[in-house]
Amino acid sequence: MKILLSNKSDLPIYEQIKAQIKEQILSGAIAENEFLPSIRQLAKDLGISVITTTRAYSDLESEGFIATLRGKGSYVLPKDSELVREQYLKKIEEAFMAAIENGKLANISDDELIVILKTLLDEQI
Amino acid sequence: MDALEIKNINKTFEGFNIQNISFNLPKGYILGYIGQNGAGKTTTIKLIMNHIKKESGEIKIFGKEYDEDEAGYKNMIGFIGDECYFPTCFTLKDVIATMKDFYTSFNEDKFREYVERWQLPYKKKIKEFSKGMKVKLAFASVLSRDTKLLLLDEPTSGLDPVIRSEILEILQDYIANGERSVLFSTHITSDLEKITDYLFFINKGEKVFYDTTENILESHLLVKGGIEDLTKELREKLIGYKSSSYGFEGLISSKDKQYINEHLLLEKPSMDEIIVFYINGMRRN
Repeated sequence: MKILLSNKSDLPIYEQIKAQIKEQILSGAIAENEFLPSIRQLAKDLGISVITTTRAYSDLESEGFIATLRGKGSYVLPKDSELVREQYLKKIEEAFMAAIENGKLANISDDELIVILKTLLDEQI
Repeated sequence: MDALEIKNINKTFEGFNIQNISFNLPKGYILGYIGQNGAGKTTTIKLIMNHIKKESGEIKIFGKEYDEDEAGYKNMIGFIGDECYFPTCFTLKDVIATMKDFYTSFNEDKFREYVERWQLPYKKKIKEFSKGMKVKLAFASVLSRDTKLLLLDEPTSGLDPVIRSEILEILQDYIANGERSVLFSTHITSDLEKITDYLFFINKGEKVFYDTTENILESHLLVKGGIEDLTKELREKLIGYKSSSYGFEGLISSKDKQYINEHLLLEKPSMDEIIVFYINGMRRN
């Protein structure tokens, strides 16, 4: 597992941890059923507070990425395909939103935007 | 179980009072005790150690009050201040002999391990030690005893960043098993922002705020704008601010976000900025 924390990021530390673990679960870099380091171990290794780490883990748990066994630690849940799809849909929407914003700034019409998307899709094939 | 439980303690001095200080520190966590010089940090620590007597209120360490079991209470505490507690003519050999006399839980092998790790010289007298070496000696003597609560009174002030970061690692190691806690007083907040779980901010002997570090950082915003944006309405909502002819900069509670004009610049504040603006605001009132 790899976690790089940035002091300059606008994201709070717990969000950074969460996002990076999530990414690695989705990409398969952290395998199903694999145990994550304990909360206290991770806090110590990253030089951050226990409460911050606890928050990252409990968010991952409530979003269905990991589960915690009392006394044993947290492990990665099997990837629910619906959940994965949901995450990717969210990413796609964000990317489209960014494109729309940029389009507005540059005065590009909706039709033109769709043409750009279609062209890009064609190029992929 | 709380490692430290403080309820409504009061102490009156001439020209200075500790007023109704209360907080709980659960076991397994680090609490930063912050405030300016003279705010009451050292006094609070002395009250916890019973070096000065409180006038009212309750202090418990792992459920125990001082008067219930003096020796047991003292043995749970490891204290480090910014002065050296051994006579300066001592060498490490003398320190070991003294520690053995004073503390039954002193573990000489452990002490020697720390001495090796930090390369403290056996032959030199303490007066020849650098400031960093003296602090490390203090840590070595405390960590080689069986304690449950570390009370640190500005242990990092006057130390270089390398030693400061080593100390922060020691503190994280200390609480790693979830059974022990640290109360760490300082005015250097950059040390605290990352590793502390809770922050208590004291000013003129009174509590300003106490919460998890996360909540404190998240519940404040730094707002910047032109001087014409600093309306009376906004000024009343700002915890503190400073202004010049170019613009203003202030701290606001996240819940008052609706009072902020859209075109103003909003940023995440650092712990230093939060403290500075709180003190600035209290001076204004």
